[in-house]
Amino acid sequence: MKPRRAELSAGVIVGVHLAALAVWQVTCMLVDIPRYILPPPLDVIATLGLPKHDFAGNTLVTAAEIFGGYLLGIAIGVALAVLFTWSPVLMLLVMPLFVTLNMIPKVALGPLIVVWFSYGIVPNILVTFSICCFPILLTTARGLREVEPDLLDLVRSLRGSRWQLFRKIQLPGALPYVFSGMKVGAILAVAGATVGEFIASERGLGYLMIQVQSSLDTAAMLMALILLTVLGVILYGLVLGLERLVVVQDERVA
Amino acid sequence: MSAAGLRAVAAAGREPFIRLRSIRKVYRAAGQELLAVSDVTMTVDEGEMLSLVGPSGCGKTTVLKMLAGLLPPDGGEAVIGSAARPFDPGRDVGMVFQQPLLLKWRTVLENVLLPAEIIGLPIAPARERARELLRMVGLSGYETKYPHQLSGGMQQRAAIARALVHDPKLILMDEPFAALDALTREQMNLELLRIWSASGKTIVFVTHSIPEAVFLGTQCAVLTAGPARMADVFPIEIAYPRTIDIMTTPAFGAYTRRIYKQLGVATSTG
Repeated sequence: MKPRRAELSAGVIVGVHLAALAVWQVTCMLVDIPRYILPPPLDVIATLGLPKHDFAGNTLVTAAEIFGGYLLGIAIGVALAVLFTWSPVLMLLVMPLFVTLNMIPKVALGPLIVVWFSYGIVPNILVTFSICCFPILLTTARGLREVEPDLLDLVRSLRGSRWQLFRKIQLPGALPYVFSGMKVGAILAVAGATVGEFIASERGLGYLMIQVQSSLDTAAMLMALILLTVLGVILYGLVLGLERLVVVQDERVA
Repeated sequence: MSAAGLRAVAAAGREPFIRLRSIRKVYRAAGQELLAVSDVTMTVDEGEMLSLVGPSGCGKTTVLKMLAGLLPPDGGEAVIGSAARPFDPGRDVGMVFQQPLLLKWRTVLENVLLPAEIIGLPIAPARERARELLRMVGLSGYETKYPHQLSGGMQQRAAIARALVHDPKLILMDEPFAALDALTREQMNLELLRIWSASGKTIVFVTHSIPEAVFLGTQCAVLTAGPARMADVFPIEIAYPRTIDIMTTPAFGAYTRRIYKQLGVATSTG
Protein backbone atom coordinates (compact mmCIF):
# COMPACT_ATOMS: atom_id res chain seq x y z
CA MET A 1 0.00 0.00 0.00
CA LYS A 2 2.68 2.45 1.05
CA PRO A 3 4.75 2.74 -2.16
CA ARG A 4 1.60 3.19 -4.23
CA ARG A 5 0.59 6.02 -1.97
CA ALA A 6 4.02 7.64 -2.32
CA GLU A 7 3.81 7.37 -6.12
CA LEU A 8 0.36 8.85 -6.03
CA SER A 9 1.42 11.82 -3.94
CA ALA A 10 4.48 12.39 -6.18
CA GLY A 11 2.13 12.34 -9.16
CA VAL A 12 -0.16 14.87 -7.48
CA ILE A 13 2.78 17.17 -6.74
CA VAL A 14 4.03 17.14 -10.35
CA GLY A 15 0.50 17.44 -11.69
CA VAL A 16 -0.38 20.47 -9.58
CA HIS A 17 2.76 22.29 -10.69
CA LEU A 18 2.18 21.54 -14.36
CA ALA A 19 -1.43 22.66 -13.99
CA ALA A 20 -0.32 25.96 -12.44
CA LEU A 21 2.07 26.53 -15.35
CA ALA A 22 -0.73 25.71 -17.80
CA VAL A 23 -3.09 28.18 -16.14
CA TRP A 24 -0.34 30.80 -16.29
CA GLN A 25 0.31 30.10 -19.97
CA VAL A 26 -3.36 30.14 -20.96
CA THR A 27 -4.02 33.31 -18.96
CA CYS A 28 -1.19 35.08 -20.79
CA MET A 29 -2.59 33.91 -24.13
CA LEU A 30 -6.20 34.91 -23.42
CA VAL A 31 -5.68 38.13 -21.47
CA ASP A 32 -3.70 40.99 -22.86
CA ILE A 33 -0.92 41.38 -20.29
CA PRO A 34 2.20 43.29 -21.30
CA ARG A 35 5.22 40.96 -21.57
CA TYR A 36 7.29 43.08 -19.17
CA ILE A 37 4.63 42.59 -16.47
CA LEU A 38 4.00 38.87 -16.88
CA PRO A 39 5.56 36.90 -19.72
CA PRO A 40 4.09 33.43 -20.34
CA PRO A 41 6.04 30.48 -18.90
CA LEU A 42 7.19 29.26 -22.31
CA ASP A 43 8.92 32.63 -22.85
CA VAL A 44 10.47 32.35 -19.42
CA ILE A 45 11.85 28.91 -20.18
CA ALA A 46 13.09 30.14 -23.56
CA THR A 47 15.48 32.56 -21.80
CA LEU A 48 17.47 29.53 -20.68
CA GLY A 49 18.77 29.27 -24.26
CA LEU A 50 20.13 32.82 -24.39
CA PRO A 51 23.90 32.69 -23.85
CA LYS A 52 24.04 36.31 -22.61
CA HIS A 53 22.36 35.32 -19.35
CA ASP A 54 24.76 32.42 -18.66
CA PHE A 55 22.20 30.72 -16.44
CA ALA A 56 24.38 27.65 -15.94
CA GLY A 57 27.37 29.62 -14.73
CA ASN A 58 25.32 31.98 -12.56
CA THR A 59 23.40 29.09 -11.00
CA LEU A 60 26.65 27.34 -10.15
CA VAL A 61 27.99 30.48 -8.45
CA THR A 62 24.86 30.94 -6.38
CA ALA A 63 24.75 27.23 -5.53
CA ALA A 64 28.37 27.40 -4.35
CA GLU A 65 27.51 30.37 -2.11
CA ILE A 66 24.41 28.71 -0.70
CA PHE A 67 26.04 25.34 -0.01
CA GLY A 68 29.30 26.88 1.20
CA GLY A 69 27.65 29.28 3.62
CA TYR A 70 25.16 26.65 4.73
CA LEU A 71 27.77 23.97 5.45
CA LEU A 72 29.87 26.53 7.31
CA GLY A 73 26.75 27.53 9.28
CA ILE A 74 26.07 23.92 10.27
CA ALA A 75 29.69 23.22 11.21
CA ILE A 76 30.14 26.33 13.33
CA GLY A 77 26.59 26.31 14.74
CA VAL A 78 26.82 22.70 15.92
CA ALA A 79 30.42 23.11 17.14
CA LEU A 80 29.52 26.19 19.23
CA ALA A 81 26.44 24.45 20.66
CA VAL A 82 28.58 21.47 21.72
CA LEU A 83 31.19 23.82 23.20
CA PHE A 84 28.49 25.64 25.17
CA THR A 85 27.17 22.36 26.51
CA TRP A 86 30.59 21.39 27.78
CA SER A 87 31.34 24.81 29.22
CA PRO A 88 28.33 26.44 30.84
CA VAL A 89 30.54 29.38 31.88
CA LEU A 90 31.41 30.08 28.27
CA MET A 91 27.74 29.86 27.36
CA LEU A 92 26.84 32.25 30.19
CA LEU A 93 29.42 34.77 28.96
CA VAL A 94 28.99 34.49 25.21
CA MET A 95 25.31 33.68 24.76
CA PRO A 96 23.94 37.19 25.52
CA LEU A 97 26.33 38.57 22.92
CA PHE A 98 25.17 35.96 20.41
CA VAL A 99 21.53 36.74 21.06
CA THR A 100 22.20 40.39 20.28
CA LEU A 101 24.23 39.49 17.17
CA ASN A 102 21.33 37.31 16.08
CA MET A 103 19.06 40.37 16.21
CA ILE A 104 21.16 42.16 13.57
CA PRO A 105 19.26 42.03 10.30
CA LYS A 106 21.90 40.02 8.42
CA VAL A 107 21.10 41.56 5.04
CA ALA A 108 22.10 44.93 6.51
CA LEU A 109 25.60 43.51 6.88
CA GLY A 110 25.89 43.48 3.06
CA PRO A 111 27.38 46.96 2.57
CA LEU A 112 29.85 46.36 5.41
CA ILE A 113 30.89 43.03 4.01
CA VAL A 114 31.64 44.72 0.67
CA VAL A 115 33.99 47.07 2.53
CA TRP A 116 35.61 44.26 4.49
CA PHE A 117 35.78 41.46 1.93
CA SER A 118 35.13 43.13 -1.42
CA TYR A 119 32.97 41.48 -4.08
CA GLY A 120 32.66 37.83 -5.06
CA ILE A 121 31.83 34.42 -3.76
CA VAL A 122 33.57 34.63 -0.38
CA PRO A 123 31.66 37.64 1.00
CA ASN A 124 28.39 36.06 -0.11
CA ILE A 125 29.30 32.81 1.60
CA LEU A 126 29.81 34.90 4.74
CA VAL A 127 26.41 36.60 4.41
CA THR A 128 24.79 33.20 3.88
CA PHE A 129 26.67 31.75 6.84
CA SER A 130 25.72 34.61 9.16
CA ILE A 131 22.03 34.26 8.37
CA CYS A 132 21.74 30.45 8.73
CA CYS A 133 24.17 29.77 11.59
CA PHE A 134 22.11 31.11 14.51
CA PRO A 135 18.97 28.99 14.18
CA ILE A 136 21.19 25.89 13.94
CA LEU A 137 23.23 26.96 16.96
CA LEU A 138 20.16 27.76 19.07
CA THR A 139 18.15 24.62 18.30
CA THR A 140 21.20 22.36 18.72
CA ALA A 141 22.06 23.92 22.08
CA ARG A 142 18.46 23.43 23.17
CA GLY A 143 18.48 19.79 22.06
CA LEU A 144 21.70 19.09 23.94
CA ARG A 145 20.23 20.62 27.11
CA GLU A 146 17.08 18.49 27.02
CA VAL A 147 18.06 15.40 28.96
CA GLU A 148 15.48 13.74 31.19
CA PRO A 149 16.65 14.18 34.81
CA ASP A 150 15.83 10.52 35.53
CA LEU A 151 18.00 9.42 32.62
CA LEU A 152 20.78 11.54 34.07
CA ASP A 153 20.29 9.70 37.39
CA LEU A 154 20.46 6.37 35.58
CA VAL A 155 23.83 7.27 34.03
CA ARG A 156 25.13 8.74 37.28
CA SER A 157 24.05 5.70 39.31
CA LEU A 158 26.30 3.61 37.04
CA ARG A 159 29.15 6.11 37.46
CA GLY A 160 28.93 6.95 33.77
CA SER A 161 31.35 9.61 32.52
CA ARG A 162 30.47 13.03 31.15
CA TRP A 163 31.65 11.81 27.76
CA GLN A 164 29.39 8.73 27.87
CA LEU A 165 26.43 10.91 28.73
CA PHE A 166 27.27 13.20 25.83
CA ARG A 167 28.04 10.48 23.30
CA LYS A 168 25.25 8.04 24.15
CA ILE A 169 22.40 10.29 25.22
CA GLN A 170 22.87 14.02 24.61
CA LEU A 171 24.24 13.99 21.07
CA PRO A 172 21.86 11.44 19.51
CA GLY A 173 19.01 13.01 21.47
CA ALA A 174 19.84 16.42 20.00
CA LEU A 175 19.85 15.22 16.37
CA PRO A 176 16.16 15.95 15.69
CA TYR A 177 16.77 19.47 17.02
CA VAL A 178 19.84 19.87 14.80
CA PHE A 179 17.71 18.95 11.82
CA SER A 180 14.91 21.34 12.69
CA GLY A 181 17.54 24.10 12.89
CA MET A 182 18.99 22.92 9.57
CA LYS A 183 15.59 23.09 7.89
CA VAL A 184 15.08 26.69 8.98
CA GLY A 185 18.68 27.40 8.01
CA ALA A 186 18.25 25.91 4.52
CA ILE A 187 15.49 28.38 3.65
CA LEU A 188 17.41 31.29 5.13
CA ALA A 189 20.60 30.28 3.29
CA VAL A 190 18.98 30.75 -0.13
CA ALA A 191 17.62 34.14 0.91
CA GLY A 192 21.02 35.10 2.33
CA ALA A 193 22.94 34.24 -0.83
CA THR A 194 20.40 36.03 -3.04
CA VAL A 195 20.41 39.26 -1.05
CA GLY A 196 24.20 39.05 -0.80
CA GLU A 197 24.34 38.99 -4.58
CA PHE A 198 21.96 41.95 -4.86
CA ILE A 199 24.46 43.98 -2.84
CA ALA A 200 27.93 42.63 -3.36
CA SER A 201 28.44 40.52 -6.42
CA GLU A 202 29.31 40.51 -10.08
CA ARG A 203 28.06 36.96 -10.65
CA GLY A 204 25.22 34.73 -9.57
CA LEU A 205 21.44 34.60 -10.02
CA GLY A 206 20.79 37.53 -7.65
CA TYR A 207 23.28 39.65 -9.57
CA LEU A 208 21.67 38.58 -12.85
CA MET A 209 18.23 39.67 -11.63
CA ILE A 210 19.52 43.17 -10.86
CA GLN A 211 21.23 43.32 -14.28
CA VAL A 212 18.22 42.31 -16.38
CA GLN A 213 15.87 44.44 -14.28
CA SER A 214 17.28 47.58 -15.90
CA SER A 215 16.19 46.34 -19.33
CA LEU A 216 12.79 45.13 -18.03
CA ASP A 217 13.70 41.56 -19.05
CA THR A 218 11.03 40.10 -16.79
CA ALA A 219 11.25 36.66 -18.37
CA ALA A 220 14.92 36.34 -17.37
CA MET A 221 14.14 37.63 -13.87
CA LEU A 222 11.44 35.01 -13.45
CA MET A 223 13.78 32.33 -14.75
CA ALA A 224 16.39 33.35 -12.16
CA LEU A 225 13.70 33.26 -9.49
CA ILE A 226 12.67 29.75 -10.55
CA LEU A 227 16.28 28.54 -10.48
CA LEU A 228 16.77 30.04 -6.99
CA THR A 229 13.65 28.19 -5.88
CA VAL A 230 14.91 24.97 -7.40
CA LEU A 231 18.21 25.38 -5.52
CA GLY A 232 16.21 25.86 -2.30
CA VAL A 233 14.09 22.78 -3.00
CA ILE A 234 17.19 20.67 -3.71
CA LEU A 235 18.89 21.83 -0.49
CA TYR A 236 15.77 21.23 1.58
CA GLY A 237 15.28 17.84 -0.06
CA LEU A 238 18.85 16.83 0.76
CA VAL A 239 18.32 17.81 4.40
CA LEU A 240 15.07 15.83 4.58
CA GLY A 241 16.73 12.81 2.97
CA LEU A 242 19.66 12.95 5.38
CA GLU A 243 17.27 13.31 8.31
CA ARG A 244 15.40 10.22 7.22
CA LEU A 245 18.69 8.30 7.07
CA VAL A 246 20.07 9.51 10.38
CA VAL A 247 17.11 10.15 12.69
CA VAL A 248 14.87 7.30 13.78
CA GLN A 249 11.38 8.41 12.83
CA ASP A 250 8.70 8.31 15.47
CA GLU A 251 5.49 7.94 13.51
CA ARG A 252 3.38 9.25 16.35
CA VAL A 253 5.22 12.57 16.25
CA ALA A 254 5.71 12.83 12.50
CA MET B 1 15.69 -20.60 43.34
CA SER B 2 12.24 -19.32 44.23
CA ALA B 3 11.83 -16.02 46.00
CA ALA B 4 10.37 -17.73 49.02
CA GLY B 5 13.41 -20.01 49.09
CA LEU B 6 15.76 -17.05 48.95
CA ARG B 7 13.97 -15.38 51.82
CA ALA B 8 14.30 -18.51 53.85
CA VAL B 9 18.06 -18.57 53.19
CA ALA B 10 18.38 -14.90 54.02
CA ALA B 11 16.40 -15.32 57.20
CA ALA B 12 18.58 -18.21 58.30
CA GLY B 13 20.69 -15.98 60.49
CA ARG B 14 22.85 -14.02 58.06
CA GLU B 15 23.37 -10.28 57.90
CA PRO B 16 20.60 -8.34 56.17
CA PHE B 17 21.36 -6.86 52.74
CA ILE B 18 20.19 -3.31 53.49
CA ARG B 19 20.41 -1.71 56.92
CA LEU B 20 19.04 1.79 57.38
CA ARG B 21 19.12 3.46 60.79
CA SER B 22 17.54 6.86 61.53
CA ILE B 23 18.15 8.09 58.00
CA ARG B 24 17.43 11.75 57.54
CA LYS B 25 17.66 14.07 54.57
CA VAL B 26 17.22 17.83 54.50
CA TYR B 27 17.01 19.96 51.36
CA ARG B 28 18.27 23.50 51.51
CA ALA B 29 16.70 25.94 49.09
CA ALA B 30 16.56 29.75 49.23
CA GLY B 31 17.99 29.78 52.77
CA GLN B 32 15.25 27.48 54.04
CA GLU B 33 15.61 23.97 55.28
CA LEU B 34 13.07 21.44 54.17
CA LEU B 35 12.89 18.06 55.82
CA ALA B 36 12.68 15.51 53.00
CA VAL B 37 12.75 12.30 55.05
CA SER B 38 13.46 11.30 58.64
CA ASP B 39 13.37 8.31 60.97
CA VAL B 40 13.93 5.78 58.20
CA THR B 41 14.96 2.64 60.02
CA MET B 42 14.62 -0.81 58.52
CA THR B 43 16.46 -3.89 57.38
CA VAL B 44 15.90 -5.66 54.09
CA ASP B 45 17.16 -9.16 53.46
CA GLU B 46 18.56 -10.28 50.18
CA GLY B 47 15.88 -11.29 47.71
CA GLU B 48 13.16 -9.28 49.44
CA MET B 49 10.67 -6.98 47.78
CA LEU B 50 10.29 -3.88 49.92
CA SER B 51 7.30 -1.65 49.20
CA LEU B 52 7.81 2.00 50.03
CA VAL B 53 4.40 3.63 50.17
CA GLY B 54 3.23 7.13 50.93
CA PRO B 55 1.65 10.27 49.49
CA SER B 56 3.39 12.74 47.17
CA GLY B 57 6.12 14.69 48.93
CA CYS B 58 6.77 12.06 51.61
CA GLY B 59 10.34 11.51 50.44
CA LYS B 60 9.93 8.12 48.75
CA THR B 61 12.05 9.14 45.79
CA THR B 62 14.61 10.70 48.12
CA VAL B 63 15.05 7.36 49.91
CA LEU B 64 15.47 5.68 46.55
CA LYS B 65 18.11 8.19 45.45
CA MET B 66 20.01 7.65 48.68
CA LEU B 67 19.93 3.89 48.11
CA ALA B 68 21.23 4.50 44.57
CA GLY B 69 24.12 6.51 45.98
CA LEU B 70 22.93 9.63 44.16
CA LEU B 71 22.31 11.57 47.38
CA PRO B 72 24.18 11.33 50.67
CA PRO B 73 22.01 11.14 53.79
CA ASP B 74 22.36 14.06 56.24
CA GLY B 75 22.08 11.84 59.26
CA GLY B 76 21.81 8.24 60.30
CA GLU B 77 23.52 5.22 58.91
CA ALA B 78 22.99 3.36 55.66
CA VAL B 79 24.77 0.13 54.88
CA ILE B 80 24.11 -1.93 51.77
CA GLY B 81 25.71 -5.32 51.24
CA SER B 82 27.56 -7.56 53.59
CA ALA B 83 30.88 -9.35 53.76
CA ALA B 84 29.28 -12.32 52.04
CA ARG B 85 27.45 -10.17 49.47
CA PRO B 86 29.57 -7.08 48.78
CA PHE B 87 27.74 -4.20 47.14
CA ASP B 88 29.39 -1.96 44.56
CA PRO B 89 27.16 1.12 44.20
CA GLY B 90 28.59 1.87 40.74
CA ARG B 91 27.36 -1.37 39.17
CA ASP B 92 24.99 -3.09 41.56
CA VAL B 93 22.01 -0.77 41.12
CA GLY B 94 19.35 -1.10 38.45
CA MET B 95 16.78 1.67 38.16
CA VAL B 96 13.25 1.76 36.75
CA PHE B 97 11.32 5.03 36.66
CA GLN B 98 7.72 6.08 36.18
CA GLN B 99 8.47 6.75 32.51
CA PRO B 100 10.26 3.99 30.57
CA LEU B 101 12.80 6.58 29.31
CA LEU B 102 13.94 4.37 26.49
CA LEU B 103 16.21 6.08 23.98
CA LYS B 104 14.02 6.45 20.93
CA TRP B 105 16.88 6.15 18.44
CA ARG B 106 17.94 2.77 19.82
CA THR B 107 16.26 -0.56 19.23
CA VAL B 108 14.80 -2.39 22.22
CA LEU B 109 17.86 -4.63 22.44
CA GLU B 110 20.26 -1.66 22.24
CA ASN B 111 18.25 0.10 24.93
CA VAL B 112 18.53 -2.87 27.24
CA LEU B 113 22.31 -2.88 26.64
CA LEU B 114 22.82 0.74 27.75
CA PRO B 115 23.91 0.03 31.36
CA ALA B 116 26.28 -2.70 30.16
CA GLU B 117 27.86 -0.21 27.76
CA ILE B 118 28.21 2.45 30.44
CA ILE B 119 29.86 0.05 32.88
CA GLY B 120 31.98 -1.37 30.07
CA LEU B 121 30.96 -5.02 30.25
CA PRO B 122 32.09 -7.32 27.40
CA ILE B 123 29.46 -6.70 24.76
CA ALA B 124 28.90 -10.18 23.31
CA PRO B 125 27.88 -11.88 26.59
CA ALA B 126 25.89 -8.76 27.55
CA ARG B 127 23.99 -9.02 24.27
CA GLU B 128 23.21 -12.66 24.98
CA ARG B 129 22.03 -11.77 28.45
CA ALA B 130 19.91 -8.91 27.10
CA ARG B 131 18.17 -11.35 24.75
CA GLU B 132 17.51 -13.73 27.63
CA LEU B 133 16.09 -10.91 29.75
CA LEU B 134 13.84 -9.76 26.92
CA ARG B 135 12.55 -13.31 26.76
CA MET B 136 12.00 -13.26 30.51
CA VAL B 137 9.99 -10.03 30.42
CA GLY B 138 7.96 -11.37 27.49
CA LEU B 139 9.48 -9.29 24.71
CA SER B 140 11.23 -11.88 22.58
CA GLY B 141 10.69 -11.01 18.94
CA TYR B 142 10.82 -7.29 19.72
CA GLU B 143 14.63 -6.99 19.91
CA THR B 144 14.97 -4.93 16.74
CA LYS B 145 11.83 -2.84 17.21
CA TYR B 146 12.04 0.80 18.23
CA PRO B 147 10.40 2.06 21.45
CA HIS B 148 7.61 3.93 19.64
CA GLN B 149 6.49 0.62 18.14
CA LEU B 150 5.78 -0.73 21.64
CA SER B 151 2.85 -0.07 23.97
CA GLY B 152 3.44 1.68 27.30
CA GLY B 153 3.40 -1.59 29.23
CA MET B 154 5.84 -3.20 26.80
CA GLN B 155 8.16 -0.20 27.03
CA GLN B 156 8.15 -0.57 30.80
CA ARG B 157 9.00 -4.28 30.46
CA ALA B 158 11.98 -3.27 28.31
CA ALA B 159 12.98 -0.77 31.01
CA ILE B 160 12.88 -3.58 33.58
CA ALA B 161 15.11 -5.73 31.34
CA ARG B 162 17.47 -2.74 31.07
CA ALA B 163 17.61 -2.51 34.88
CA LEU B 164 18.64 -6.18 35.06
CA VAL B 165 21.18 -6.39 32.22
CA HIS B 166 24.28 -5.68 34.29
CA ASP B 167 23.13 -8.22 36.89
CA PRO B 168 22.85 -5.70 39.74
CA LYS B 169 22.13 -6.89 43.27
CA LEU B 170 19.57 -4.17 43.95
CA ILE B 171 16.69 -2.96 41.74
CA LEU B 172 15.13 0.40 42.57
CA MET B 173 11.71 1.08 41.09
CA ASP B 174 10.12 4.52 41.35
CA GLU B 175 6.37 4.20 40.70
CA PRO B 176 7.10 2.17 37.57
CA PHE B 177 3.47 1.38 36.74
CA ALA B 178 1.85 4.66 37.78
CA ALA B 179 1.58 5.89 34.20
CA LEU B 180 -0.12 2.73 32.93
CA ASP B 181 -3.86 2.10 32.71
CA ALA B 182 -5.40 0.20 35.62
CA LEU B 183 -5.70 -3.16 33.89
CA THR B 184 -2.18 -3.10 32.43
CA ARG B 185 -0.95 -2.07 35.84
CA GLU B 186 -2.41 -5.16 37.52
CA GLN B 187 -0.95 -7.36 34.80
CA MET B 188 2.44 -5.72 35.30
CA ASN B 189 2.24 -6.34 39.05
CA LEU B 190 1.80 -10.06 38.39
CA GLU B 191 4.58 -9.94 35.81
CA LEU B 192 6.88 -8.19 38.26
CA LEU B 193 6.31 -10.88 40.89
CA ARG B 194 7.17 -13.49 38.28
CA ILE B 195 10.32 -11.62 37.13
CA TRP B 196 11.35 -11.04 40.75
CA SER B 197 10.98 -14.69 41.60
CA ALA B 198 12.87 -15.72 38.44
CA SER B 199 15.72 -13.27 39.02
CA GLY B 200 15.98 -13.48 42.81
CA LYS B 201 16.86 -9.77 43.03
CA THR B 202 16.33 -7.50 46.00
CA ILE B 203 13.79 -4.91 44.91
CA VAL B 204 12.75 -1.63 46.50
CA PHE B 205 9.44 -0.62 44.98
CA VAL B 206 8.15 2.91 45.49
CA THR B 207 4.42 3.46 45.02
CA HIS B 208 1.58 5.68 46.16
CA SER B 209 -0.90 2.85 45.69
CA ILE B 210 -1.63 1.09 48.97
CA PRO B 211 -3.09 -2.08 47.41
CA GLU B 212 -0.08 -2.30 45.10
CA ALA B 213 2.29 -1.97 48.05
CA VAL B 214 0.55 -4.80 49.93
CA PHE B 215 0.14 -6.97 46.86
CA LEU B 216 3.86 -6.90 45.96
CA GLY B 217 5.85 -6.53 49.15
CA THR B 218 7.52 -8.99 51.48
CA GLN B 219 7.51 -6.00 53.78
CA CYS B 220 6.13 -2.53 53.59
CA ALA B 221 7.48 0.79 54.83
CA VAL B 222 4.99 3.64 55.22
CA LEU B 223 6.22 7.20 54.78
CA THR B 224 4.13 10.22 55.69
CA ALA B 225 4.41 13.81 54.48
CA GLY B 226 4.38 16.83 56.81
CA PRO B 227 6.38 15.89 58.78
CA ALA B 228 8.27 13.74 56.32
CA ARG B 229 9.04 10.64 58.32
CA MET B 230 8.76 6.90 58.24
CA ALA B 231 5.67 6.01 60.23
CA ASP B 232 5.65 2.24 60.05
CA VAL B 233 7.38 -0.80 58.67
CA PHE B 234 6.01 -4.33 58.83
CA PRO B 235 6.31 -7.68 57.06
CA ILE B 236 3.47 -8.79 54.81
CA GLU B 237 2.90 -12.41 55.58
CA ILE B 238 0.93 -13.53 52.58
CA ALA B 239 2.39 -16.51 50.78
CA TYR B 240 3.81 -16.32 47.26
CA PRO B 241 3.00 -16.95 44.48
CA ARG B 242 0.35 -14.31 44.90
CA THR B 243 -2.60 -13.92 42.55
CA ILE B 244 -5.32 -11.29 42.19
CA ASP B 245 -7.45 -13.49 44.50
CA ILE B 246 -5.45 -12.49 47.58
CA MET B 247 -6.78 -8.96 47.27
CA THR B 248 -10.12 -10.10 48.66
CA THR B 249 -8.71 -11.97 51.67
CA PRO B 250 -9.11 -10.64 55.24
CA ALA B 251 -5.32 -10.49 55.67
CA PHE B 252 -4.96 -8.23 52.63
CA GLY B 253 -7.71 -5.99 53.98
CA ALA B 254 -6.06 -5.80 57.38
CA TYR B 255 -2.71 -4.76 55.87
CA THR B 256 -4.25 -2.08 53.68
CA ARG B 257 -6.30 -0.74 56.62
CA ARG B 258 -3.13 -0.52 58.68
CA ILE B 259 -1.52 1.66 56.00
CA TYR B 260 -4.63 3.80 55.45
CA LYS B 261 -4.63 4.54 59.19
CA GLN B 262 -0.97 5.49 59.20
CA LEU B 263 -1.65 7.87 56.34
CA GLY B 264 -4.64 9.42 58.13
CA VAL B 265 -7.31 8.07 55.83
CA ALA B 266 -10.50 7.10 57.72
CA THR B 267 -11.63 3.46 57.50
CA SER B 268 -14.93 2.03 58.70
CA THR B 269 -13.28 -0.19 61.28
CA GLY B 270 -10.98 2.65 62.37
